[in-house]
Amino acid sequence: MRIAKTAAVLTTALAVGVPSLAQQPLKSIGKGEGQVDIVAWAGYIERGATNKDFDWVTEFEKKTSCKVTVKTAGTSDEMVALMNEGGFDLVTASGDASMRLIAGKRVQPINVALIPSYATIDPRLQKAPWHFVNGTHYGVPYQWGWNVLMYNTKVFGDKKPDSWATVFEEQTLPDGKSNKGRIQAFDGPIYIADAALYLMKKKPELGIKDPYELNETQYKAALDLLRGQRKLVGKYWHDAFVQIDDFTNEGVVASSSWQFQANILGSKKQPVATVVPVEGATGWADTTMMHSEAKHPNCAYMWLEHSLNTKLQGDLSAWFGSVPVVLAACKGNKLLGDGGCERQGLGSFEKISFWRTPTTKCASQKDQCVPYHKWASDYIAVLGGR
Amino acid sequence: MSTAAVPATRLAPSLSDRLSTLIFSRRGLLPGLLILPPLLWFGIVYLGSLLSLLANAFFSIDEFSGAVVRDISFGNFVAIFSPTNLDVALRSTAMSLSVTAACIAIGFPIAYYMARHARGTGKALLYVAVMLPLWSSYLVRLYAWKLLLAKEGAISWVLQAVGLQWLLDGVLSLPVVGGSSLSFSPLGTFIVFVYMWLPFVILPIQAAIERIPASCLEASADLGAHPAQTFRKVIVPLAMPGIAAGSIFSFSLTLGDYIIPQVIGNSTLYIGQVVYRQQGVAGNLPFAAAFSLVPIVVIGVYLWLAKRKGAFDAL
Repeated sequence: MRIAKTAAVLTTALAVGVPSLAQQPLKSIGKGEGQVDIVAWAGYIERGATNKDFDWVTEFEKKTSCKVTVKTAGTSDEMVALMNEGGFDLVTASGDASMRLIAGKRVQPINVALIPSYATIDPRLQKAPWHFVNGTHYGVPYQWGWNVLMYNTKVFGDKKPDSWATVFEEQTLPDGKSNKGRIQAFDGPIYIADAALYLMKKKPELGIKDPYELNETQYKAALDLLRGQRKLVGKYWHDAFVQIDDFTNEGVVASSSWQFQANILGSKKQPVATVVPVEGATGWADTTMMHSEAKHPNCAYMWLEHSLNTKLQGDLSAWFGSVPVVLAACKGNKLLGDGGCERQGLGSFEKISFWRTPTTKCASQKDQCVPYHKWASDYIAVLGGR
Repeated sequence: MSTAAVPATRLAPSLSDRLSTLIFSRRGLLPGLLILPPLLWFGIVYLGSLLSLLANAFFSIDEFSGAVVRDISFGNFVAIFSPTNLDVALRSTAMSLSVTAACIAIGFPIAYYMARHARGTGKALLYVAVMLPLWSSYLVRLYAWKLLLAKEGAISWVLQAVGLQWLLDGVLSLPVVGGSSLSFSPLGTFIVFVYMWLPFVILPIQAAIERIPASCLEASADLGAHPAQTFRKVIVPLAMPGIAAGSIFSFSLTLGDYIIPQVIGNSTLYIGQVVYRQQGVAGNLPFAAAFSLVPIVVIGVYLWLAKRKGAFDAL
């Protein structure tokens, strides 16, 4: 009896004690390990290879002697999978990945006292729910932005599209031809939320309050909409650079996209523009998080501090079409221009539905929501035409 | 004591003597020792990884964090038979069969010509032509094809220039294989698959045809067989081992590929892509493991059918 009790106490102590031991953040930054490995979205960590004006790695490497290696990922799921595999120090996780990483204990708490620039971050983001959990910081905000509707200005002329219907419903475009085969959609399951966002306005009777909190009926309506869209989409986009090629060579004229693709296409003198339709937009807010078994924690902390550098934040914003988390970066950046932040959504923070992982627990639908793993397998079915 | 020990050491054979005696007296020992490292490689690295794959297929993942839960369940095997996944398996098998058929149809005449008619420099040039694509990277060739097949690419441009645009549009409007452009259609995926695996089909068939003695063909003609009869009754059966070997390459390579349909095609998924996505994108390693047993079973059935057709009798 007594032994059993002791064992029980011990087990409890172990169960409680071990994770909290593993979760101690760094107390001070030591000497750099000479390397830092980062999982990032394409275009997020530039060393001047695509365009020499956009380089925020070379200077960091010179200053700290930490060599930066980047593994790009195409979707949030890919980021979670890479972090589960291990071998990386940092990840630029969107809100739909960050909570999974925290729940899966793949990322470690961050000691923000070691990051002097943390205080310069936009106050709306300093303790945002997608990285600040139970009073603990799990990362440093990096950038945020929205998923815009990119369109071909030659095809649309002066009738610029104002609704996501352009990519969800079959219709004749201003050039007189149908949109069938000429539009694209994102091939990650999180795109189901874009369909839900469109339905929020289109079919208010469904009662969708939040595109990431869908009950069975609302979810089914979103899938039906996406099945209809499958017939209009020639090929879904996955990789930002492949989409750029599709807009150039494949006659694709409208798609959900990032400002990033539009900026590159613009620099190649392609006739494209972006718009935020009346339904609003989904968006992402990315956080640099640190792997729980990071091999180069000192260099990682140095990068976290560097990631808030106003020059980097402004340059990245100009490059990616996103919004800096350090507001001071909006002023006086040559590449971004003074109106850049406003143009890219700074004033619309409240209107964006930021990506997060759908779970069964949801306030707006009485905890009856469809969880993310269903989204993932059903979206494969939608792509397969089922 | 020391005088007694000396003759004893002199009589005792050295280590290398004893080894050579051992190897001489046990006949199987030396080949066994020599084959041991490759056997260990095969057993541990090859079969071991297959077995760990099988073991993973019985696990499942935590729905929220995506961490693997090591409890035995058969849920993944049930999920394979859901309509979506069956679609994927059937689509991949159908694509593999048609790619194999096309590779044989195109490869056989070329192989026949190489083996029976080409001489000297011509033959060498044909060999180089068949192998040349293998000298450059698979990805480079794939992206080159994307540019060729694009709506505003070379093929479509040529067809437009010679007034055959209607033909392309007609083909692309076909259900199932069509799409908005060649590079956005399953037909495009098929074309690129056939291109990629053709060398692997031509070479074994060519080797098999080269081994057919000319006297067999002469005898067949002397006995009054029509050329078509000779082809059907002599050449094809004797070339069958080569055809079987080539078809196994094209069939299994198509079944497992996940890069070609990602770049060319209409975003419907093939087995390799579903495995890649479940593992790399959704982090569902257990289901990916279960699903990757599907091509193993399909190839097993294919080999069994090939064996029943007598494809391996001549080996």
